Formats: sequence, structure tokens, C-alpha cells
Amino acid sequence: MAPTKTLETAVGLFVVLGLAALFMLAMQVSNIRELGNNDGYTVNANFENIGGLKVRAPVTLAGVRIGRVVNIAIDPQTYEAVVRFTIAPEYHLPTDTSASILTSGLLGEQYIGLEPGGMDTDLQEGDTIKLTQSALVLEKLVGRLVTTLAGSDKP
Amino acid sequence: MIAQLRRLGRFVLDKLGRLGRASLFFMDMVIALGAFLFTRPGLVIQQVYSVGVLSLPIIVVSGLFVGMVLGLQGYTNLVDFGAESSLGAVVALSLVQELGPVVSALLYAGRAGSALTAEIGLMKATEQISSMEMMAVDPFQRVIAPRFLAGLIALPLLACIFTAVGILGGYYVAVQQLGVDAGTFWSQMQGRVEWVDDIINGVLVKSIAFSLVANWIAVFEGYDAIPTSEGIGRATTRTVVNTSLAVLGLDFMLTALMFGDK
Repeated sequence: MAPTKTLETAVGLFVVLGLAALFMLAMQVSNIRELGNNDGYTVNANFENIGGLKVRAPVTLAGVRIGRVVNIAIDPQTYEAVVRFTIAPEYHLPTDTSASILTSGLLGEQYIGLEPGGMDTDLQEGDTIKLTQSALVLEKLVGRLVTTLAGSDKP
Repeated sequence: MIAQLRRLGRFVLDKLGRLGRASLFFMDMVIALGAFLFTRPGLVIQQVYSVGVLSLPIIVVSGLFVGMVLGLQGYTNLVDFGAESSLGAVVALSLVQELGPVVSALLYAGRAGSALTAEIGLMKATEQISSMEMMAVDPFQRVIAPRFLAGLIALPLLACIFTAVGILGGYYVAVQQLGVDAGTFWSQMQGRVEWVDDIINGVLVKSIAFSLVANWIAVFEGYDAIPTSEGIGRATTRTVVNTSLAVLGLDFMLTALMFGDK
């Protein structure tokens, strides 16, 4: 019982359909298009508190994603969080660039926003960003607000 | 008391014996697979048609509905928190990590696995298998291995199609019906779904594992069936029940291994 022509065509169509579905999952659903952008140079930044920042969180410049967080560790001397992230090679940032941890939306995920400075020298592989701003922790903010309010009531 | 113990012992021994037979069967099948690939690869095409192409309608339709339900349910729950923009990620992650491979394996067991068992069981009951042996045709090479290999190829493809159609169904409900922005829908999805961690591990590795188990059970139950009409009926039921249990149990283990440490 040799497979007939139509049967072969149907099976071929089925295989093509399955591979097309996989291709769609790759290109449209997942982040495979960004995988190539993972190379670039890596830069460190020390934060007092990173809030809910996670590995693979986006690194943005003027709202445009230019890199990803690759590693988060603790500096045993200063007890600060050391966040290492990559920046795509086409972006050259001055050495006095500042990094802050921001939140997208009220409850959204946290990401690193970069603000370029004005120095002539560029950040190189392995450099550390000095100017950082930690994540806003809601409890601390509320606590500060409460003490300010209580202080302003007394006099 | 003693009679009950005896019955329990017989039950356990019976199950162990079946498991051993199934393992030996698997080994024979793998050996036949190697021999068969070089002689009659055309047989697989026929089988891919009957387990894959013919399962396509049920897979596409249920994938569409599962995706649409996910879109609708996700929307009604997320909109309370004003988080309906992450609907794309919710739909895609649940389909890619769990529902796609698991539901397509369950549907496959009902649609194709039961048919495989019944076909092989009937071949045994009508003594086609023993007549093959009489003609010095190895039934493992001629009947079992092509069906197993075809199923092994078909189920991962079906799972990919199921997942993709489900995401399109979710897209239709979320964007066309409920007015979620199309840009956020796709970008949230692409932001959360990882190619290696979610698509390769989730859809491909899981569905290949399920495919291995589902097709092994289906051909074994058919080959091991008692060659009467009642025996074939029972074997078909066992295929569906055992495959469903095995797939769900295996899914828990694979999920714990893949996504458990996050």
C-alpha cells in the first residue's frame, strides 16, 4: 500500500502547517528577535535598594529599550545591590550617565531608566555607574509622608 | 483477610508484569524502529496522515476555543485591576507553558491514541499479526514502529498548531471584541515569553515527552489487548485513561523541573 499522491500532499501540508505555527510562536509570540541584541557591553550600577527589579528586566534610554539586566548580586563590603546589565553596542553613553529604577505604570514591572550626562568620555565594558537612584519603596514613602504630616500638625 | 491480601498481591504482580511487558515492548519497538527506517520509510507517511492530519480539525477547533476562553476570562479578571494590557502575556504564557502541550496530548489520546489501540488490537484479533509472523514479516517493523514514529512526529506538530491557533483566538477576543490595544497585546506577550525557556521547553520538550508516552501506551495497549471484541474495547478505554493520567502526572514533574525554581 504505497501512499497516494493526495495523501502525501496532505501530510506535507500538515508538516508545513506545524512548522509555520512554530515559526509564528518564535517570531510573533516570543522574544527571539531580541536574542541577537543580547551582546553589547556590560555596565554595573550600585543601588541601595532595587525594589522588585529582576534579571532580564529592560534597560531603557528615553523610554526606548537598549539593554537587559543580566545579573543582580550584593556587594559584601557596602551591602549594596550590584546590578549588571548589557547595553547594545550602537549606543555610546557618557561616563556620568545616571541610572534609576523606575516602575512602568502603578503596579507594573520595574526597569532601569538611564539619563545621559555631559562628559566627553564614554562608558566602557565593565564600568560602574556612580549616579544611581534606588527604587521607590511604597512603605517608606508612606512612612515619610505620615511623619511629615504629623510634624506639620504640631506647631 | 487472607483472600484480600492474596487479591492485592495478585493485583500488584499483575500491574508489575504489565509494566515489565511494556518496557520490553518499548525496547523491541526501538530496535525495530532502527531497522525499519532503512527499509520502509514510506509507511510513516500513511500513519502521519491518519494520526496527524485527521486530528487537525479537533485540534484547531479546540485550540481556538481554549484561546478565546482564556482571552475572555483573563480580561474579565484583569480589568478589575486595570491590568488588561498584560492580557497578551497571560494568554500566551498559559497556552505555551501548560495548556498547549497538555490539552493537545489529551485530545490526541482521545482522537488518535484510541484509534491506534483499536486498529492494532483488531489486527491481533483477526490474526493479521500472527499471519505476518507466518510470512516472516516482523509485525514490529511493519505495524508497530511506523505507527509509533508517526505519532511521535505528529503530536509535537499538533501542539504547536494548537498553541498558535489558541493565541490567535485569544487575540481575536481580546483585540477585536474587547478592545485591548493590539500593540500592547503583542508587545506584552513578546516581553514575557522567552524563546528557550517557554517555547522550546514549554511547547516542544513537553509535547515530545507527552508524545513518547501517549504513543507508547497506545501501541502497547493495542498489542497487549485480549483478542476479543470486549478485550479491544477495554484496551481502548485503558489507552485513554492511562494516557491522560500519565500526561498529567508527567506534566507536573516537567513543570516542576522547568518552571519550578523561578
